[in-house]
Amino acid sequence: MKKITPRVNGQAQSREVPDNRLLIDFLRYDLGLTGTKEGCSVGVCGACTVLLNGQPVSSCLTLAVTADGAEITTIEGLARGDKLDPLQQAFIDYGGFQCGICTPGQIMAAKALLNSNPHPSKEEIQDWMMGNLCRCTGYYKIIESIQAAAEGKVRV
Amino acid sequence: MNSFTYVEPAGVDEALAALVQYGDEAKLIAGGTGLINLMKQQLVQPSYLIGMRRLPLTTIAGNGELRLGALATLRALENSDLVRRQVPMLAQAIHLVATVRIRTQATIGGAVSHADPAQDTPPALLALDARVKIRSPRGEREVALDQFFTGYYETVLQPDELVTEVIVPAQPAGSSAVYLKFLPQTHDDYATVAVAARVAMAGGKLSNVRVALGAAGSTPIRARAVEDALTNQAPTLKNLREAAALVEGAVDPTSDFRGSAGYKREMAVVFVRRALEQALTAAGHKLA
Repeated sequence: MKKITPRVNGQAQSREVPDNRLLIDFLRYDLGLTGTKEGCSVGVCGACTVLLNGQPVSSCLTLAVTADGAEITTIEGLARGDKLDPLQQAFIDYGGFQCGICTPGQIMAAKALLNSNPHPSKEEIQDWMMGNLCRCTGYYKIIESIQAAAEGKVRV
Repeated sequence: MNSFTYVEPAGVDEALAALVQYGDEAKLIAGGTGLINLMKQQLVQPSYLIGMRRLPLTTIAGNGELRLGALATLRALENSDLVRRQVPMLAQAIHLVATVRIRTQATIGGAVSHADPAQDTPPALLALDARVKIRSPRGEREVALDQFFTGYYETVLQPDELVTEVIVPAQPAGSSAVYLKFLPQTHDDYATVAVAARVAMAGGKLSNVRVALGAAGSTPIRARAVEDALTNQAPTLKNLREAAALVEGAVDPTSDFRGSAGYKREMAVVFVRRALEQALTAAGHKLA
């Protein structure tokens, strides 16, 4: 067991975790933040994407002990009270999700993109989002949603 | 995943002491994108994991000879002005590794130590004559990357050694390099076959030829027969075609859902020829 003290969605957390606890399990089971989903469990599908110190990572491939002292942002950390993040609103307004299971990962990956590149081209969006799979095959709407958020087209 | 004890040394010497203490019951972990998957499949079951994230090995430096800290992430390298300017082919090859999420976590030291024969970074580094700097309590040594890989996921690294740096030497004047990744399925996939080629010209003849392949055998490989056949030859389409055909004897691919062994062998020939043609064309040479 190790004691870890990350900041998760702006809140300091302190927990004892087994050394082999994965970050996704820490978020879902220890903190009850079930917005982050597990898909493939091997780092391919992107459903478990969270931001670790602002950077997108697969929480299914990350040990919780390596997030000690880090800043973690999950889908639950984007809205401010009732006010959604522009990306969340864009996914609603532009039909960026169907079944919804991949959506938290899609939005967190898109958030990381817009943080590092606020005005990406369509090709840059496609290149960046390639690692987030949608089995409903709703990719066009996902790209449109991110473009809309980047262009300030959504009202929150 | 099996249970293990995680330790996180604050410096390289402390990490080496941990390697000595725990011996082959320990594994080093950097980005973890390779090792965690092997552990989830129970292919690797270390009793101790030595976390490298606090080691000061992230520096990307050098003018001419590039020194890439073992913990520099693939994303830091593909975005590095130094790498892009001095060895653009390496930045291009790294950009083709999996997805931005994996490149954010994976490191250059991990990419060579993991010794996955199908990854993009090793053949790109092989074609650039890269070397690996290794530390152990016994001292420091450098190993040429083409002497580093010994088998499927195996290297010359001893249990008390860790990679501190990957060194890319200054490239020959006027040389040009290309990385081609054959991806018939999805863009984030492993290559069906991948080729890195570097060429230069001296007195109208080919020189400093390097041809390396990924996904073509049990290790990343250099196709010396192709290199030797082209050295001091004129850069003609006929010479490139005939030399590329020699790669058939250098590769040993396995059949899988990305293609049969025979298909991959044929594609290795095609992509070696294309990579050589493109490297020469990119450097402004006309192919007769």
